[in-house]
Amino acid sequence: MAGIPALWLALFFLIPFLIVLKISFSEARLAIPPYAPLFTWLHGLPIPRIHLSSYAYLFTNPLYLRSYLYSIMVAAVSTVICLLIGYPMAYAIARAAEAWRTFLLMLIVLPFWTSFLLRVYAWIGLLQNDGLINNVLLGMGLIHHPITLLQTDFSLYVGIVYSYLPFMILPLYANLEKHDPALLEAAADLGARPLMSFLRVTLPQSLPGIAAGSLLVFIPVVGEYVIPTLLGRTDQIMIGRMLSDEFFDNRDWPVASGVAILILLLLVVPIVLLQRVERKELAGTGEAEAEA
Amino acid sequence: MNAQPSMPPDPAAAYVRLEAVSKRFGEFSAVDAVSLEIRRGEIFCLLGGSGSGKTTLLRMLAGFEPPSSGRIYIDGEDMSAVPPYERPVNMMFQSYALFPHMSVERNVAFGLEQEQIRPAEIRRRVAEILAIVEMSPYAARKPHQLSGGQRQRVALARALAKRPKLLLLDEPLAALDRKLRERTQFELLNIQERLGVTFIVVTHDQEEAMTLASRMGVMDRGRIVQVGTPAQIYESPVNRFVADFIGSVNLLEGKVADLGAGDLTIRCESLGCTVRAARRVECAPGDTVWAAVRPEKIVLTDATSPGQPADNCVRGRVREVAYMGDVSICLVEIDSGKVLRVTLSNHSGLAAHRDLKHAVVTLSWDAASPVVLTR
Repeated sequence: MAGIPALWLALFFLIPFLIVLKISFSEARLAIPPYAPLFTWLHGLPIPRIHLSSYAYLFTNPLYLRSYLYSIMVAAVSTVICLLIGYPMAYAIARAAEAWRTFLLMLIVLPFWTSFLLRVYAWIGLLQNDGLINNVLLGMGLIHHPITLLQTDFSLYVGIVYSYLPFMILPLYANLEKHDPALLEAAADLGARPLMSFLRVTLPQSLPGIAAGSLLVFIPVVGEYVIPTLLGRTDQIMIGRMLSDEFFDNRDWPVASGVAILILLLLVVPIVLLQRVERKELAGTGEAEAEA
Repeated sequence: MNAQPSMPPDPAAAYVRLEAVSKRFGEFSAVDAVSLEIRRGEIFCLLGGSGSGKTTLLRMLAGFEPPSSGRIYIDGEDMSAVPPYERPVNMMFQSYALFPHMSVERNVAFGLEQEQIRPAEIRRRVAEILAIVEMSPYAARKPHQLSGGQRQRVALARALAKRPKLLLLDEPLAALDRKLRERTQFELLNIQERLGVTFIVVTHDQEEAMTLASRMGVMDRGRIVQVGTPAQIYESPVNRFVADFIGSVNLLEGKVADLGAGDLTIRCESLGCTVRAARRVECAPGDTVWAAVRPEKIVLTDATSPGQPADNCVRGRVREVAYMGDVSICLVEIDSGKVLRVTLSNHSGLAAHRDLKHAVVTLSWDAASPVVLTR
């Protein structure tokens, strides 16, 4: 029974990963498939043909370095914005009366039931030069020429934060909801005013929720493709788009595979951190239950 | 086992005063016009069952709930509207409410850090209070690494660190096993005497109240029914509720037959006996009253012994003998069907009482024993 998750992972993650890894070490060819095989046969013995040219290209090309750094920056900034907006929302839901909580959570989750693409397109409709926002501002006489809102860093962050906010709110809520209200009373009894109680009792206890939410936003946003393509800048693109261009437009599968492997390497540290945080959260509740 | 503090509290110093304090939740009154005075340096217990309002009253003293009406004075100042972080009061929570992400030391230091005290001074005071509760070796541990009894000491240390004049304790011994409970009761008494803090303890456990309290208040449905020392409450309950709530009691219902200068006679028709009580009570002949006789005050003798006195005596058959180790509890059924409870000391071991079962016996008591209750 324990073998099934392992089998699943092997089939749908490990094997595709090994295929991509293999392709990243070969050289591009005008052929179908457009890369050279890993082994050639010489006198009946397989000789591996490993090319590091893809990696050399990626490391020496400044375009790729800038794209990686830009992707990390966008992901980091988006994470911070999601945290600043999402924490108060999660806190409010956790403090709301029982009867209201399910309703409020539904409000957060409901947009997921509609098409993701449609929602991103809706932002285009709002932000474009003859879109809703510009029309309202023009109509009110606050501006005389439409503001360029689309295809900027601003529109990129709007799209990403809007789409990823629930990934920040839900783990935060799950953590905050478990807090013991008696602790806040104890803090008040000992002389702490509400702000101090929040900073010294609530915030430290919510750190695992903050970590989980942050990683759940940061990791996927690094490789985001759709939102930067539709809403983002055209002069500086994120690494997901670079990979797609390399794969489809240049038909350079080895380089594209190399990009994918490097994205994965980049995210190994955050992914491991996320797993450690999740394991500690689970262990923490187990311990508390064992003591009670 | 009833250790009273050696320094009697000053009766003139009313440190906490509640004036007609009520707490209403819609139509329901959790606390109903409670007026109370608690003296400096005493241990005052609020005793009551669940729903009696004792915890709500404690929370109002702490500042977590504002009273719906009435006033609360602490050391002469009106604290009714003062938030908990500005009161000179600290509370020890029933669940301890220790901060899970802080060590024992940080937990205890928390209250001191809210005042402007130098770090070196904070460290010194934390070490001092940890030594008093005997938790010094555990200063670096986190709450989840401690046992229940250890957490309780940390909670106590945390509440005492700020040297409050008033300490509120919410069911302090409820979560402890019997042996630990006894030990902790004495430690609490020691600490209270040593530091001179006024304690207000809320509990549903009458044994806890009897042991800890210098004075106690019995609560029922939001009201204080009786206030007094444990001895006063046990020996002179004001009504049947209090008589029955504390310890066990035999209630003999009857009508007042005769009122003398220092005693009165009650005729209990249904029980077939007459009770003569050496007490003065406000009542008139013909009134329905109850004579409350405690089980340990009843003398049990063989029914065959001659010369039965006319009053304060009744005959019955032993239905059950329960062996409790130090005492045996006898349930004696008298003719009317009513069962009386008698506590017998086991000075000669079980054998002496075991053959009592099914025996016909005479129960008698001294005229000083019954308490006459009119309500």
